Amino acid sequence: MTKYIVQRILAALPVLFGILFVTFALARLLPGDPCVAMLGEKANEVTCAAFNIRYGLDKPILQQFVIYLGDVLTGDLGMSFRYGQPVTRMVSERLAVTIELAFSAMIFAVSVGMTLGIISAKRHNSATDVFTMISANLGVSIPVFVLGLFLAYIFAILLKDTPFALPPSGRLSAGMAVTSFADKLNLSEGDPLYRVAQFFTNLYFVNAIVNLDGKLFVDSAKHMILPAIALGTIPMAIIARMTRSSLLEVLGQDYTRTARAKGLTERVVLLRHALRNAMLPVVTIIGLSLGFLLSGAVLTETIFGFSGMGRALYDGITSRDYAVIQGFTLVVAVIFLVINLVVDILYGFLDPRIRLS
Amino acid sequence: MTTQDAPASPVKPADIDFSPRRKSRGFWSEALRDLVTRRRSGQVGLIIVLSMIAVALLAPTLATHPPNMVLIGKEEGVKRRQPPCIHAVDNLPSLPIVDFFRCEPGQPEHYFGTDGNARDLYSRVLFGARVSLKAGIYTVTLAILVGMVLGAVAGYVGSFTDNALMRILDVVLAFPSLILAIAINSALLTVADDSIFSRGLELMQRVFGFEDIGLLTALISIAIVSIPTYARLVRSQVLSLKEQEFVTAARSIGARDSRILFRAILPNAMAPLIVAATLGIATAILDTAALSFLGLGAQPPTAEWGAMIGAERNQMFTSPHLIIFPALAIVVTVLGFNLLGDGLRDSLDPRMKNR
Repeated sequence: MTKYIVQRILAALPVLFGILFVTFALARLLPGDPCVAMLGEKANEVTCAAFNIRYGLDKPILQQFVIYLGDVLTGDLGMSFRYGQPVTRMVSERLAVTIELAFSAMIFAVSVGMTLGIISAKRHNSATDVFTMISANLGVSIPVFVLGLFLAYIFAILLKDTPFALPPSGRLSAGMAVTSFADKLNLSEGDPLYRVAQFFTNLYFVNAIVNLDGKLFVDSAKHMILPAIALGTIPMAIIARMTRSSLLEVLGQDYTRTARAKGLTERVVLLRHALRNAMLPVVTIIGLSLGFLLSGAVLTETIFGFSGMGRALYDGITSRDYAVIQGFTLVVAVIFLVINLVVDILYGFLDPRIRLS
Repeated sequence: MTTQDAPASPVKPADIDFSPRRKSRGFWSEALRDLVTRRRSGQVGLIIVLSMIAVALLAPTLATHPPNMVLIGKEEGVKRRQPPCIHAVDNLPSLPIVDFFRCEPGQPEHYFGTDGNARDLYSRVLFGARVSLKAGIYTVTLAILVGMVLGAVAGYVGSFTDNALMRILDVVLAFPSLILAIAINSALLTVADDSIFSRGLELMQRVFGFEDIGLLTALISIAIVSIPTYARLVRSQVLSLKEQEFVTAARSIGARDSRILFRAILPNAMAPLIVAATLGIATAILDTAALSFLGLGAQPPTAEWGAMIGAERNQMFTSPHLIIFPALAIVVTVLGFNLLGDGLRDSLDPRMKNR
């Protein structure tokens, strides 16, 4: 198993290098003068020469790449010229929101998707099955932003003043107090752990549980429901279809018949014998969906007014803030790479044939 | 097959009758027949896709107004963001769906209402079908052409070439697709007015018949992002096909590599590629809409569904019709291609026969 894990990690390294190269190339290898792009009207020969020396743009392109690698490895992703902040700092502030969003969407997608898939497979060709599959087909065809807008309309406008009303925007209600871990631990801003503490402070679910803050938990959950559903619906539909078809195939296998013949209850046959073997393709889909969740976060955060990574990326695009686009693309790609690595390892764990081949 | 078409062979036993007793249909017409007669999802998908194509082609005839014409000052009593108005429903009984289109007598008729610039929404949604279908089909064509060549070469040549190509594609796959598309698109937009790249873009603009440069760059970036999917698919097909006997046979009669690859192997790899392409069009339409929604793809005044929703998204609570109609158009079109793709998959899969 250790050998397999090491192999997977080694295989991921060239891809990581490739990711770094692509993000570098996207910003540097394209024609167009970065100096003009950055300084705008202030760009002239003198300022541009100074600018090029300052950012190392006068050096050969390979050397620039090496410098870029060094910067990234030391945690320097450049400065956002719109916010006047280091991109690393923006990432540390905004990452938590996106992680919580993706995680909640995934929980929704997996729990609802697998339940629907199991029910559909169990009652194959029944009205329930047909209905579920029609909804699954609809589910994969609705753009995230459309679903988000409609959910907001239904739950914030039509169901207003009912117990089902949910807020259409923001991560927390205005004036909601949040206990900062940095304050609790007496960390000052210069402390290297300060950013880490801030990151965990912004994971509101974790924060609420650690501080036993029920009000914060309920409020942040209420703000998370609609975005999680909007983002999770497409993966949910895909997982439902995958679970159904995979389970149907397994239910037709000889060992399922044997299990039934032994006199096991239908429940045990379905959940113990069939589902376990049907899980492998589902796990693959879950892994692949994470990339979609990170992509979809751009749309979801824009609609629901979350200040997460996706929203920052969107703002970066509209204000042509290249450092932000580059930095955030890099961070998201690296997260995606790590998740895929974990899924790969999990895969080897679930199926011994894979890690031994 | 008539005798004229048959390859000239030295031995031709003219006295033997080779004609089959039953007229056999080819693989493709068999699959199409199966799709139309037996696959429910395929039928629905085909109907939706064909009607969307019809809408796109007939848009100028079906539309009531020019899609980009601002009607203020040109039409009596027209307002911005006017709700839908069809006078034909005036005498119908009161139902929520009917009331949605009801309006004051004398108000100018706009089937889907007007948008924030007082343009006719119905006409814009119709013309949007042209944009979305074009974007979807061009994107997939572009991605498949490149992906097919890369995948075929990788799979056929193997060894170092294969490894190198696949690692490069792995890097593209390592990015969440829409985010990479966003990054490529914003990079392309900055070079749109520069050097050789802009010449290339101009050429594509003319070839594709696109005026909107933003839409063109969106299309290119989505195509780039989806190349690996097709390349991998073709590669896996080529890998399994090249061990087959008919390839050995082709090689033994002295066919060149390119002939083996393009005339023997690739035609046999078409079925899964067509399924992937159909489903890919659905994804491409969704992604184009998403980019346009974010303001990156189609630029004003192009009537693109995603851009229409993006421009009016803050009006969701006051004028929902501005969102509902373009949204329905996207959902129905994407659903159509998804269903058609599912149906095609079943029809083209020999194992699914008689199921």
